[in-house]
Amino acid sequence: MAENQKQNYLTHPKGIMSWLLTLDHKRIGLMYLFGGIIFFFLGGVLALGMRLELAAPGNDFMSNETYNNVYTLHGAIMIFLFIIPAIPGALGNMLLPLMLGAKDVAFPRLNLASFYIYTLGALFVVYTIIAGGVDTGWTFYTPYSTTSTSNVIPMTMGIFIIGFSSILTGLNFIATIHKMRIPGLTWYKLPLFVWALYGTSLVQITATPVIAITMVLLILERLLGIGIFDPALGGDPVLYQHFFWFYSHPAVYIMILPAFGIISEIIPVHSRKKIWGYKFIAFSTLSIAFIGFLVWGHHMFTSGQSVFSQIVFSFITYFVGIPTGVKIFSWILTMYKGQVSFTPPMLYALSFLFLFTIGGLTGIFLGAVALDIHLHDTYFVVAHFHYVMQGGTIIAFLGGLHHWWPKTMGAMYNQTVASICCLGVFLGFNGTFFPQFLLGLRGMPRRYATYDPQYAELHNYSSFWSGILGLSIFIAIMNLLWSLRKSNKLDPGTNPWGAMTLEWTHTSSPPHPHNFEEEPVLEHGPYDYDKVIVEPTFKK
Amino acid sequence: MSHDNSSPDFLQHHFHDVDQQYETAKLGMWAFILTEVLTFGGLFVAYVVYRSWYPEMFVGANLLLDVNKGLLNTIVLITSSLTMVLAVWAIQQKKQKLSLFMLIATFLFAFMFLGIKYLEYSHKFEVGQLPGEYYSYMGPEIAHLNNPHIFFSIYFIMTGLHGLHVAIGMGLIAWLIYATAKGNLHSKYYTPMEMIGIFWHLVDLIWIYLFPLFYLI
Amino acid sequence: MDRLTEYLFPKQVSTFAADIDNLFYFIFYSSIALFAIVVFGMVYLAIKYRFKKGDEVRLTSSKDHSNILESLFFIVPLILVSITFVWGIRSYLKMIIVPDDAIEIKVTGQSWFWTFDYPDGGTTLNELVVPSNQPIKIVLSSKDVLHSFFIPVMRTKMDCLPNRYNVMWFDAQQEGVYDIFCTEYCGTGHSQMGAKVIVMKPAQYEAWVADLGSDDEDIPLDELGAKLYTKKACNTCHTLDGSDLVGPSYLQTSQMWGEERVFDDGTSTIIDDNYIRSSILEPQTKIVAGYQGVMPTYQGLLNDRELDALIAFLKSLKEDSQI
Repeated sequence: MAENQKQNYLTHPKGIMSWLLTLDHKRIGLMYLFGGIIFFFLGGVLALGMRLELAAPGNDFMSNETYNNVYTLHGAIMIFLFIIPAIPGALGNMLLPLMLGAKDVAFPRLNLASFYIYTLGALFVVYTIIAGGVDTGWTFYTPYSTTSTSNVIPMTMGIFIIGFSSILTGLNFIATIHKMRIPGLTWYKLPLFVWALYGTSLVQITATPVIAITMVLLILERLLGIGIFDPALGGDPVLYQHFFWFYSHPAVYIMILPAFGIISEIIPVHSRKKIWGYKFIAFSTLSIAFIGFLVWGHHMFTSGQSVFSQIVFSFITYFVGIPTGVKIFSWILTMYKGQVSFTPPMLYALSFLFLFTIGGLTGIFLGAVALDIHLHDTYFVVAHFHYVMQGGTIIAFLGGLHHWWPKTMGAMYNQTVASICCLGVFLGFNGTFFPQFLLGLRGMPRRYATYDPQYAELHNYSSFWSGILGLSIFIAIMNLLWSLRKSNKLDPGTNPWGAMTLEWTHTSSPPHPHNFEEEPVLEHGPYDYDKVIVEPTFKK
Repeated sequence: MSHDNSSPDFLQHHFHDVDQQYETAKLGMWAFILTEVLTFGGLFVAYVVYRSWYPEMFVGANLLLDVNKGLLNTIVLITSSLTMVLAVWAIQQKKQKLSLFMLIATFLFAFMFLGIKYLEYSHKFEVGQLPGEYYSYMGPEIAHLNNPHIFFSIYFIMTGLHGLHVAIGMGLIAWLIYATAKGNLHSKYYTPMEMIGIFWHLVDLIWIYLFPLFYLI
Repeated sequence: MDRLTEYLFPKQVSTFAADIDNLFYFIFYSSIALFAIVVFGMVYLAIKYRFKKGDEVRLTSSKDHSNILESLFFIVPLILVSITFVWGIRSYLKMIIVPDDAIEIKVTGQSWFWTFDYPDGGTTLNELVVPSNQPIKIVLSSKDVLHSFFIPVMRTKMDCLPNRYNVMWFDAQQEGVYDIFCTEYCGTGHSQMGAKVIVMKPAQYEAWVADLGSDDEDIPLDELGAKLYTKKACNTCHTLDGSDLVGPSYLQTSQMWGEERVFDDGTSTIIDDNYIRSSILEPQTKIVAGYQGVMPTYQGLLNDRELDALIAFLKSLKEDSQI
């Protein structure tokens, strides 16, 4: 092995300051991953605490106040500190320039700034927890949020700050995708993960400012009583809901589009097959991002908005469903006449297809106004969005981590353990959330610390399986970390899945500090398994 | 623009050439402008909603604003936009000194804008035309109006956020003055000045919407 | 109702419940069909084209589109969602157009109980009494934060807002006692903010309305107090067994009778009849240390005899616990 090939971004340069002040997108990506995993763990512990309380009808484990704090923090941490920053911040940062053949993102200093803004926002959230929590729900509906005595201001301040991090990351990615591609890498030769990040970034820069200003108005409402959202002062709580969902519905696509991108990478690579319907997947990403802006009112079907709005929002909602459906079929057909390997990333991708399809289809139930009125704010909704957010995004995130782990960390985890964990996650997830559909149909409202004994059996079942889910995810991540031990280094030329995007074919594992020793020359498209053979290589 | 492809010292390592660096910065700036527009967009929506709910209150309350000061500020800000354009033009033409002069003029106009704004605000503070709960003005001309505090809430939030942008712009222009004086910006590399110029025009443009909405109609 | 509906749903009591459940089944069966295609296709393709041990890595097919399949993926779901959309809207219109002959009952949400005002005067708390086979128009509002009024057996719910009225209606087809839940998060007592809807035969309802407000004259005070304890929703926040909910337990207060009670501003007072009376009527003036001052005033909701009854009931708890 030549001396310079041993140099990689993990070991060069050395020293703690070289990490804290790094402008290298790969290191920033890793720091995001580190932060994201910490908050994932915290949010997960809170979730298990909730399931423990809900295992039986009464206040056996927590008081109402504690439960309200716990569920609020669970939602806010998972959404604002883990899911939204995790995939674009960690995997996106890590891979985007590599996939484009670039040396870095367009604005490296801005990228580091985004990370520290995220950290600052996270500190506000941590402060909120230490100061005694917040009990408004992650939606901060007024007037409860303007009258609650809990720490609403630090929490919303944290979300406001994290919003900037999200905007700057999106802006950076857009400029990077437009301007930093190597010659010959045209739009239709981009890996689909890049398209997904592009769609995500567009939503980030256009929707996030609205939540930022909404949070400012909410803070000012508490401080100055400005009378915009507080009905006692002439304001309107429904206006708050419009503002909030104008961001928070597109935010769903900030969360799910990168997951689509990961799945679009994993399936063709592990099926060794050209992806089905490339252009369709690419453009459906953009159309979903666009239509996502026009459907926020479907969160408000019981708020008393006008009949006309109800009809329009219901109508447009279905137009998000159709491109999403065709995507799922495209991923499945990709396997046709391929060579499918049941590796851990592929198992996660197949789980994603199963779970996300349920998540998507149950969305159709909620889009039908008459049925939504029964199901609104019940456990049916809880189950639906967990199937999308966890069954979709988090499963894809875990799949992506397993897929790119050997590339970014230069180490291979125990694949048998990883596969068993994937099965555990799959079963545990279904066991936890499928009963919640039934609870919702039977009328169990969400955000209840205690409940009627008629719902006890299903809740109990859900709580039991949540333990399996939590344990499986924990072991899966431990398995990844365990692979980092010193004796487990891979050969820098490793390409264990036989992938053919630039990050696999043109740089070492882990990559060179400047990504590529010399600028890569594009030889083939990202999924040309019908034209080129890339042998999987796996050496220690 | 055409540049030779040697590596000048202002070219960052991860770009191929000066053109790519310039184009990238420009795209990033426009994306940022889009974000800004949406930020203010949210507030404009709030304005429209409350105006449609309390039309008489809005018409009545805007009479309490000082149209003359508002108009003066509009003229000041438009002029500063002009001097900003001239600063960029001058540096393109290798007229460093003229560019520096224009930047200083822009800075002073911005300062003047904030000064006039300060006079307006301090008057409102004195008579109690304050946002939200702190509103206490009960003059006869608005006695019949419903919830005038909402008008002043929106007025202070929107002009306050705009004022914050002016202040940030002043900081950026001050840095430009420093960089131009030191010779770091010149006819071959003036990207920061052009970008800050775009930002400054946005600040100007937002005021051009705010002025009629609050002072005139 | 078939067995599946019995398993999945609460009873179908309102006139439109069956229609909504049928809409559910339409989407449900369509979804199962689509889901079966997805899972079958996925498993079939993954297994058929799996990479077996000993296989050689080779070039694979370049097939990446099929116009027929792709148009099917568009058209079939499009047809299904179009039906769903139209059905959803048609059923929705039935749910919002209130029949002319409806009885109007005013529902007010307040942290954390429901007040029902009947057309001929008379008020109940946490107990909505309606006649069967008669459209009921519900006019909703809130006294504080957002609440949402949900009756699962009627398949309908609507938010209660503090600054405007919302309307919903139902026509109950079956007598019985059914759950009402609050489904918009409203703070500490949200999960206890339940009520019951009691559907009676019309004749029974007439009698009940005539009797409303005039009963309770003859029974002893402490028994009346025990009734009021649940009827006036005291039980949402105060237990009888000494455990804490939102407010202090009645038992604790009863056992401390004649002793000193400390408030959050540091002052204190002796627990006696007057203290209890004022803490029901003006709960915000003195807040027991360690609790949040969230109790609404009962001014106008209890008459003097009822206040006496509650105080008598509270005092009696101490003796009961000593036995």
